[in-house]
Amino acid sequence: MIRVNREGEVWVFAEQEGGVLNEVALELCGKARELADELGVPAAAVLPGNNVSGLARRLIAQGVDRVYVTNHPRLAHFQTNSYAKVLVELIKKHEPQIVLFGATHLGRDLAPRVASQVRAGMTADCTDLQIRDVTDPKTKQVHEKLLLQIRPAFGGNIVATIVNYDWWPQMATVREGVMPLRDPDSSRTGEVLDEPVEITAADMPLKLVERHVEPRTVNLKGARVIVAGGGGMGNRENFRQIHDLAGAIGGAVGASRAAVDGGFIGKEHQIGQTGTTVRPALYIACGISGQVQHRAGMEESAKVIAINNDPEAPIFSVASYGILGDAAQVIPMLIKTLRERPVQTNS
Amino acid sequence: MPYHSVVCVKQVPDTANITAEAMREDGTVNRTALPAIFNPEDLSALEAALELRERYGGTVTVLTMGPPKAADILRDCLYRGADRAVMLTDRRAAASDTLATSYILSQAIRTIGETYGAFDFVFCGRQAIDGDTAQVGPQCAEKLQIPQITYMEELVRLTDRTVVVRRNVGNGWEIVETTLPALITVIDTANQPRPPAVRKVMLYKRARIQDEVVAQVRQQLPDASPEERQTEVERQLEVLRGRDLLIEQWNLDDIGADLDRCGLSGSPTKVYRVQSIVLTKSGYKEIPPTEAGVRELIQELVVDRTLG
Repeated sequence: MIRVNREGEVWVFAEQEGGVLNEVALELCGKARELADELGVPAAAVLPGNNVSGLARRLIAQGVDRVYVTNHPRLAHFQTNSYAKVLVELIKKHEPQIVLFGATHLGRDLAPRVASQVRAGMTADCTDLQIRDVTDPKTKQVHEKLLLQIRPAFGGNIVATIVNYDWWPQMATVREGVMPLRDPDSSRTGEVLDEPVEITAADMPLKLVERHVEPRTVNLKGARVIVAGGGGMGNRENFRQIHDLAGAIGGAVGASRAAVDGGFIGKEHQIGQTGTTVRPALYIACGISGQVQHRAGMEESAKVIAINNDPEAPIFSVASYGILGDAAQVIPMLIKTLRERPVQTNS
Repeated sequence: MPYHSVVCVKQVPDTANITAEAMREDGTVNRTALPAIFNPEDLSALEAALELRERYGGTVTVLTMGPPKAADILRDCLYRGADRAVMLTDRRAAASDTLATSYILSQAIRTIGETYGAFDFVFCGRQAIDGDTAQVGPQCAEKLQIPQITYMEELVRLTDRTVVVRRNVGNGWEIVETTLPALITVIDTANQPRPPAVRKVMLYKRARIQDEVVAQVRQQLPDASPEERQTEVERQLEVLRGRDLLIEQWNLDDIGADLDRCGLSGSPTKVYRVQSIVLTKSGYKEIPPTEAGVRELIQELVVDRTLG
């Protein structure tokens, strides 16, 4: 546990492998920017690795004001203890109020160890984050500007909102592909700060014997709800609505080939014959015509909502609910309605 | 050389198979009405420890934390071949989040080491299906100050004090080596958990924790005085102990836990609110692209118990 300081920054753990930043770290920079603006504090990224200072510029372009870089030959390959040591030392030194990690295999291995060492709260696999004043139902005390950590739980049967009542830092892992990836703004400026941390042999209890990895893919297979966008979304800007809806409903973001080809989102989100085959409990297809190649990748979904302005779109043939209309207009209505849902308050 | 393992197991509501009985009228899930099952990946963790013992010798001690009812899965572990079971149950541990839970478990694991001899391995399932956080394993490792290897797919090699493990890294795998003791979290593709052995079921079906004996005596002697009941409890405990059927039961004092770090007071994270989502099948329906239409759709999904 660290001191509750309202000036504390909003941090992102900048996951990289072999000098390549994981996309989720870039997504989180944008989210950290948004949260930091609401709090009126800077956003920063923590970047451990070996000779990785060159990546700082990209993190700044994605929205952070500051990058803390820890270079060390012993940080060339990830291992839990050495990376945890960097995070723990920097958290104790700079006292951030929020620390975000991507909910990758690496992030979900590292983050809980860091939280345990700092004795902080840790919420796994969030699909949405918001800043709100929160009244503790027990003490009736109002806690200002807490981080609402929203995540599916109970096998996807509930969406839980987790808070830490002034027990800082507030830490969370965030599901990949849920926060929109903003366009990088190379005109943004920021500070790059060297943060030397001593890494000894004792911090390296693991020895890497062999490693075999394929290019990263987003975990669509495990998602219970998928919100997918197609060419009908029009452009990258509008496609962000897909992320927003996924956040509101607690789902993962998918895409048709047209959306990927149009540059709205990365190929790893593609669903269909040449992408990932999914069978979630609920699939919301927005602006997707539903070519056979796409349908092959999602028609096993338990329930499908299709939103399209073409009444002849084949997607309606596999839908349980059809909304004949412009997805860009219908999605905000869905988000609004979902956010208005009555909630149970846990005391 | 023999190796001694501790396996952390959890009884969880079966969130993967929501039954009609567990549905409330408003379309939400009554979590307490779901059947309680052995967390699937904890069975994989138990299997990993049992396979290790078969190959190298040693012991397998299982540990759970929960209400007395969770003794069911400890018996299940004994049926499948565990040597010893420990139940950590204490009302003061209720409402523990992952930080508090890992603190309590690590204290219990330490106590197991002090009571029964040093352990070489702690095995945990990667995650429990009620929360899917995958945090308690790594946090226990940190509290025990030992290395963690998460997402084990295969125990490749074990020589003296060095273990080599293949772990899943999402987009591939890596093989890592570490020295013992170590904590390993196991994923469900690592092995095929063995079923309970009939002979062991016959042997251990009468195994009980103390709380179960107390509850049983209360039923058997509804009109007896507290002293008479106590005498009967003592007698039954002695019989169970003599037959090696008394499952060890500990509370927070037994493991020297700092109460400030347990339960609600030791838990930084609090559940602020819960929205229910339940998904089911239905036929095709057209919805007008208006606010009213969308609201009707959401409403229909609520009535339909697709959303809550």
